[in-house]
Amino acid sequence: MSAISMPEPALAAQAEQHAQPRQARRWYRQPALAAGLILLGLIVLAAIAAPLITPYNPIKQNLTASLLSPSAHHWLGTDQTGRDTFARLLYGLRTDLRIAFIAVLLPFCIGVILGSISGYFGGWVDTVLMRLVDIVVAFPFYVLIIALVFVLGPGQRSIYIAITLVGWVSYARIIRGEILVAKRQDYVLAARSGGLSPVRIIGRHLLPNVISQAIIYAMSDIVQDILAIVTLGYFGLGVPPPTPDLGSMINDGQNFLTTHWQLTTFPGLAVVLVGLALSLIGDGLADIIRPGTT
Amino acid sequence: MSGDWAGGAGGAGGRLLEVRDLHVQIPTRRGTVRAVDGVSLEVAGGEALGLVGESGSGKSMTLRAILGVLPSEAKVTAGQILLDGVDLVPLSSSDLNKIRGPKMSMIFQEPMSALNPVMRVGQQIAEGPRVHLGYSRARAAERALELMRRVGIPDPERRFRAYPHEFSGGMRQRVMIAIALSCDPEFILCDEPTTALDVTIQDQILRLLARLCAESGVSLIFVTHDLPVVAQLCQRVAVMYGGQLVETGDVRDVLLEPRHPYTLGLVRSAPDIEEVRESLVPIPGSPPSLVSPPSGCRFHPRCAFAEEDCTVLPTPLRELAGRPRARSTACLHYERCEDAAGAGRAVP
Repeated sequence: MSAISMPEPALAAQAEQHAQPRQARRWYRQPALAAGLILLGLIVLAAIAAPLITPYNPIKQNLTASLLSPSAHHWLGTDQTGRDTFARLLYGLRTDLRIAFIAVLLPFCIGVILGSISGYFGGWVDTVLMRLVDIVVAFPFYVLIIALVFVLGPGQRSIYIAITLVGWVSYARIIRGEILVAKRQDYVLAARSGGLSPVRIIGRHLLPNVISQAIIYAMSDIVQDILAIVTLGYFGLGVPPPTPDLGSMINDGQNFLTTHWQLTTFPGLAVVLVGLALSLIGDGLADIIRPGTT
Repeated sequence: MSGDWAGGAGGAGGRLLEVRDLHVQIPTRRGTVRAVDGVSLEVAGGEALGLVGESGSGKSMTLRAILGVLPSEAKVTAGQILLDGVDLVPLSSSDLNKIRGPKMSMIFQEPMSALNPVMRVGQQIAEGPRVHLGYSRARAAERALELMRRVGIPDPERRFRAYPHEFSGGMRQRVMIAIALSCDPEFILCDEPTTALDVTIQDQILRLLARLCAESGVSLIFVTHDLPVVAQLCQRVAVMYGGQLVETGDVRDVLLEPRHPYTLGLVRSAPDIEEVRESLVPIPGSPPSLVSPPSGCRFHPRCAFAEEDCTVLPTPLRELAGRPRARSTACLHYERCEDAAGAGRAVP
């Protein structure tokens, strides 16, 4: 190829081609991520705008209108106490999503901090923390959550505590592993040679390089948390009635499954859609921010 | 034997970095590695000292020990590192952090991996002044821009916001130098800063370092295995072999009239642009094991001049008599180098 005689537009085009791999990483060029974001956006929007979408109060009973089939008035019919199922579905999403997003933050923060300390300093701190992690990991996630909430008593506060106590270990493990690798990099040695404190090295140099792994995991963790919240609701350990919650809706509708399948099916479908959206986002994010691909 | 070759070319007085009989050991499964075994150095203000040797001779370990950033397994088992008379070895890492940056800093071999890939270069340069000099964000940014200009990064206002991967190798090394200079240190430790660069860039970086030293009176300890680089930049040189110093002195003296067979070997195995040699002469054998080093002189198994006594007698650095400047060698039979060098090439 005669690069010397290449006219300027061609050079410009070549430069553009070089820039393309970066362009392709934009979120809207990732079909999985785009689909996930749009789907989650719609769900969250519907949950937030619930009062605008449906005129019904999700906890107001109307015993004269119980167990109605879907109609123009009640899009998904009503339940055994005459509450509008669609309204309860939207408000239930609101409850569960809010709890899930808050419940993922606490273990995220605690796990990242403890994992960083464990990985960076090593020694006995690492040994103690990792044995603690082993103990928690030894129990199945849902069993431990349900047992903890059972002991603590139903309610939102118990859900937060239980998910935090069980959830931090995964973040701690991920971040510890990443920091163990990253701290051998020259830039950490350079930061130490520059007289920076361990807190600053972890916070400003190591975490920005490894936090993406925890964020990617958080997306699948929210799915797990939502499932846990729904499961707890199903067992009557979740948000106490009459606050709408997808799990308790599924449980309530179960008795009428043969005659009024919509009572159980649509809340279940909502859980599936939320899970799908978050998984798509997690996959897409992993493709974009996985270190080493930039 | 410690500090017995003071008064080099610098002589500007004031700041002084002294390493006295430093020992660094690394316990491993195969035994204890004596990575640095009794090294003594002295660098005065404004002076550039070259530290030369093969891979694994303990050069980098010496640097990292001075800065207190040894790998976690390695320990300083004996010796002192004196900065203006204060021993750094027993200091806690938080006390050392007040010295690393404002008094001493380091430049690394691989400018790509020594820069944080997810932090804007301007911020990486500005971080030191913010932490150590208490600068505000704006003032530190200004300082970073000034440094970027000083090390010759074009268009610093725009480059400030760029990430390391957007820079070429030479530009990255300039960024590293800017970071090392950011808190106006008195000593900069350079760990083969030009090895990863191609020759033209290497020359630019060396000129830059030489200019910065002259401008700001900063002292260098320059670790390399590249003799021409030492000749270009340094006033004095110390040659390391197997964790020990084998020869020290003024650069011209040492390179033109080596008084240790190992230095002689190094000089002969490097190409020379002024004098066409028939062939480069490699040093036979391989570097010694630092777990169980040879007895006596560590170089004796590879040495052409070795005698019976070389295998048993300890070989501390001894000052050479009749020299204008401090010059010492560890060789028991250094006169033989004189003869060999005299036969090999003309001494100016």
